[in-house]
Amino acid sequence: MIEAVGLTKRYGAKTAVYNLSFQVRPGAVTGFLGPNGAGKSTTMRMILGLDRPTSGQVTIGGLPFRQLPNAPRQVGALLDAKAVHGGRTARNHLLSLAQLSGIPDRRVDEVLGVVGLQGVAKRRSKGFSLGMGQRLGIAAALLGDPQVLLFDEPVNGLDPEGILWVRNLMKQLAAEGRTVFVSSHLMSEMALTADHLIVIGRGQLMADMSVKDFISHNSADFARVRTPQTEPEQREKLLAALTEAGGQVMPEPDGALRVTGLPLPRISDLAHDADVRLWELSPHQASLEEAYMRMTQGAVDYRSTADEKSGLMQQPPMGHVPPQPHIPEVPQQGFYAPPPPHPGQNPYAAPAPAAPPAAAPAEAPAPPAAAPADLTKPEDAR
Amino acid sequence: MASVPAVLQSEWTKIRTVSSTRWTLISALAVTVAMGAALCALMNATFDDLPDAERLTFDPTLISFSGMVLGQLAMVVFGVLVVGTEYSSGMIRTSLAAVPQRGTFIFSKIAVAGLLALAVGMATSFLTFFIGQALLGEHRTTIGEENVLRAVVGGGIYMGLIAVFSMGVATMLRSSMLSLGILMPFFFLVSQILSAVPGAKDVARYFPDQAGAKIMQVVPNAMNSGESPYGPWGGLGIMLLWVAAALLGGFLVLRKRDA
Repeated sequence: MIEAVGLTKRYGAKTAVYNLSFQVRPGAVTGFLGPNGAGKSTTMRMILGLDRPTSGQVTIGGLPFRQLPNAPRQVGALLDAKAVHGGRTARNHLLSLAQLSGIPDRRVDEVLGVVGLQGVAKRRSKGFSLGMGQRLGIAAALLGDPQVLLFDEPVNGLDPEGILWVRNLMKQLAAEGRTVFVSSHLMSEMALTADHLIVIGRGQLMADMSVKDFISHNSADFARVRTPQTEPEQREKLLAALTEAGGQVMPEPDGALRVTGLPLPRISDLAHDADVRLWELSPHQASLEEAYMRMTQGAVDYRSTADEKSGLMQQPPMGHVPPQPHIPEVPQQGFYAPPPPHPGQNPYAAPAPAAPPAAAPAEAPAPPAAAPADLTKPEDAR
Repeated sequence: MASVPAVLQSEWTKIRTVSSTRWTLISALAVTVAMGAALCALMNATFDDLPDAERLTFDPTLISFSGMVLGQLAMVVFGVLVVGTEYSSGMIRTSLAAVPQRGTFIFSKIAVAGLLALAVGMATSFLTFFIGQALLGEHRTTIGEENVLRAVVGGGIYMGLIAVFSMGVATMLRSSMLSLGILMPFFFLVSQILSAVPGAKDVARYFPDQAGAKIMQVVPNAMNSGESPYGPWGGLGIMLLWVAAALLGGFLVLRKRDA
């Protein structure tokens, strides 16, 4: 159990963390989310007694970290994958940490096996990739078989197989009754891994709730309704009926309707009463990623601007009209849903007419917003 | 509470598992012995050309330690790297997360590294003494002469203390590059030059290396080095004060600063 009360950290004039209070309970994976620079790592360092809070306090099992008896046996942490002396071999690095808390040498080989680094145990860690470094850091955290585990961005630089492994490891550790506190800036990853979420932005608490609550609070459910494309008057009729019944209806680019505020059976009834045939009636959720971005958008420290490339652009030839990029409006999909098997076709929809007039490739649903390639934090990829 | 023996054992593992330890300590020994031997051979060959004042205060023991001017620089590098790599690699956070008692951590580290430096320093001191005396021919002295053993043991202590002083400075500055950038020119240039300038000499003789090197003199005012207000043990005491100050400063910085 980690408990922070009124935690505040200032570096000179900059406040990194302000009045943060939360609890991290055992038996669950708690995700710690926030944009870059939100204060996640600072908070983690304060939990570990590395940084001294300006005010407030954080305790583990009721005691400040520095007063814990034999801390490595109680708390394991991965802070920075590259925080190892590059000239030391992986095994010797772990050995030096094990000896600190009287952990037998045997355990070093065990954890090397657990993280899959047995093959490179005798190699110097400076040759390690970021992913191997993460595994070494996770091994160090697991060494003392601690009840409390902290991981700062553990999936950075891992391949998809590694990400899956970390995800399962976290869940397993939590299932064993341990306290698992994982920071990330990826909502999509946390939605799959965590049971509970603590979201911070600009060092302040923005949300502290279970993933389930977070989803139901922040993701507007909506229904997609599609009428036969050959009969536009049916669509108008349904639109009027739905609006009259109190639903908010938004047309989607492929001719379907996005309905919020009405449960699915009600939509079906309304369509039936209006004598409109439906080709599709499907439940959807706005992506969590979207909800998270909405929540933290006011708290993003580092925002990119459009790259004007001023002075770098060649003068276009006279009379040249720059091509207008066509940005397709994408129908909302669950962000973790696999891409539909056929572009332009909703897998839940009835088969489209043989030659749908509007089914151009431009309207293909984009792949899920969080592609695995996004799982690295560029400034950490040293 | 991480127990002290556990931290000592862990620090020993850390020190012996990086190759910089081996190379810096081997250099310290090899450079000191080689340069000491070369100068002893040179002195033996040119003894008759020396000024009278130097011939009268000729100190064969001190001559055989001439190589330490360079050899101590390798000791400085060793001391700085032992502490500095914790910061440059970020390992310091892993270490302090495992040993929250920062005093226990840093003093265990310095104790292990300091003892190793002392052992290598002793070996260097005895080796350079015996090889140097063998090359000095008829001007040689022996370990049995008065105060000679004190000088040779003192030479080993001096080397160890130089390393510990560097560790203290590196803990204060929290950076290998910065520490080396200050300590190397200081020991190699500033201290050596100032000690030869008449006016600055009175200040320079209180520098840690100048004061500590006094312990290696057997003949008073050896090699016409001039009167000094302290004896050999007094000089070593001054050096110890410097070392204590560096360690205290390092500890206070480590205790106060965020890792």
